[in-house]
Amino acid sequence: MNLRALAEYFFNIDIMYRALPALLSGVWVTVKVSVTLMVFGFVAGLVLAVMRTSHVRYLSRPVNILIRLYVNLLRASPSLVLVVLVYYGSGFIGIELSAFWATVITFGACLSAFAEEIFRAGIEAIGKGQVEAARAIGLTHLQTMRYVILPWAIRAAIPTLTNSSIGISKDISMASAIALPELLKQARHIQALVANPTPLIEAAIIYVLLFFPFVRLTSFLERKRTKKGSKHI
Amino acid sequence: MDQLIDAFFNIDVLLRTKEFYLYGLTTSLRLIVFSGMCAMGWGLLLSVIRNSNLRFINYPIIVYTDVLRSLPILANMLLLYYALPFVGISMSSFWAATIALSLTGGAYYAEIFRSGIEVIHRGQTEAARSLGLTYLKTMRYVILPQAIRVVLPPLTTNTLEFIKSTAAASVVALPDILNEAMQAQNVTFSPTPLMVALVFYILVCYPLVLLIEHFENSYHKR
Repeated sequence: MNLRALAEYFFNIDIMYRALPALLSGVWVTVKVSVTLMVFGFVAGLVLAVMRTSHVRYLSRPVNILIRLYVNLLRASPSLVLVVLVYYGSGFIGIELSAFWATVITFGACLSAFAEEIFRAGIEAIGKGQVEAARAIGLTHLQTMRYVILPWAIRAAIPTLTNSSIGISKDISMASAIALPELLKQARHIQALVANPTPLIEAAIIYVLLFFPFVRLTSFLERKRTKKGSKHI
Repeated sequence: MDQLIDAFFNIDVLLRTKEFYLYGLTTSLRLIVFSGMCAMGWGLLLSVIRNSNLRFINYPIIVYTDVLRSLPILANMLLLYYALPFVGISMSSFWAATIALSLTGGAYYAEIFRSGIEVIHRGQTEAARSLGLTYLKTMRYVILPQAIRVVLPPLTTNTLEFIKSTAAASVVALPDILNEAMQAQNVTFSPTPLMVALVFYILVCYPLVLLIEHFENSYHKR
């Protein structure tokens, strides 16, 4: 290994410059997929959490079991396996999914499993007294949810939810396996064209630039939280 | 329904492609156990070094953990497997996957162990040191046994995520269960082999999911 090879193959300015437009279009795809799947994941997670915490007679038990199975199975499956399965398997049930939608559905489902758990923890953390008070002044169950419980639960869920959303957005790189033209796929494509790994290095730098602030932010938030409730052993 | 079973749970296809899975299964298990141990050990080492509070070692470790936590594991693997050979360092896909997983996993584990170590009161370290234990002995006999017990829940969650991320090794052509399943799928044009890979990971990960659920429930009860 010498410095000239390093400059030629890892930090080739010429190739970096030429690859930049394609990589930036990859970033745009990653952002588009992330935003779409976050909308799906949050809404689905919230609906599931509300369903799971509502106590409707005869119905709540089977619903509970089904949601728990859904969440646990999704938590136990690697997103790479899932995204490949959804992409190739969708044709067999008569739906031709594009790589974009296969990614959104897979990762949206994964995020909804996380979001369900987080929202449920938020809902369950609210004191019974508040719910009883709301019901006593004549609010229906849904109204209690809408005006009393959810505003608080959603606010409490935001830090953890940000954390898992970032994790999922980073995992979108797995969708390069089904040829979604996101950042990593673009980098591999150009790398194969020019027979030089510089685009991979460039993609890695872009990833770090994109996600480093969030990683710092979450460790900062975590630090703040542990300091507030600092109980040493 | 019949059509669905025929596509996703086809016994015929399963039997025809069984050689694929046997090899993939052992490779995957080897990768999970070996890289898991390396990642945990590396994370523990980093957290112990970082706790020594030497500034000139601390900052590189902070930068290392944060950079690797912001880099997707797949990008890390591709760098090791496809980029390093250009400067004369080439390795097998198993080693590329193991090293990438250990580097990234170690960063996550280091953060978890560090948070555990920080919970243990400074007085314990001071007491142990004044008794004449060296820094490493203090860690080994006083701090870590307590710290690891404290961080058991996040450790389990992280191990679950780690095991799931080992599936990425199939992208660097490691013949693990997913890679073999994809090959079998190319031969048979049926998604059944992919279901086999999914079932494998669910079987490995589901106990951990239940354990995490148990931790969450006992935390709420307290």
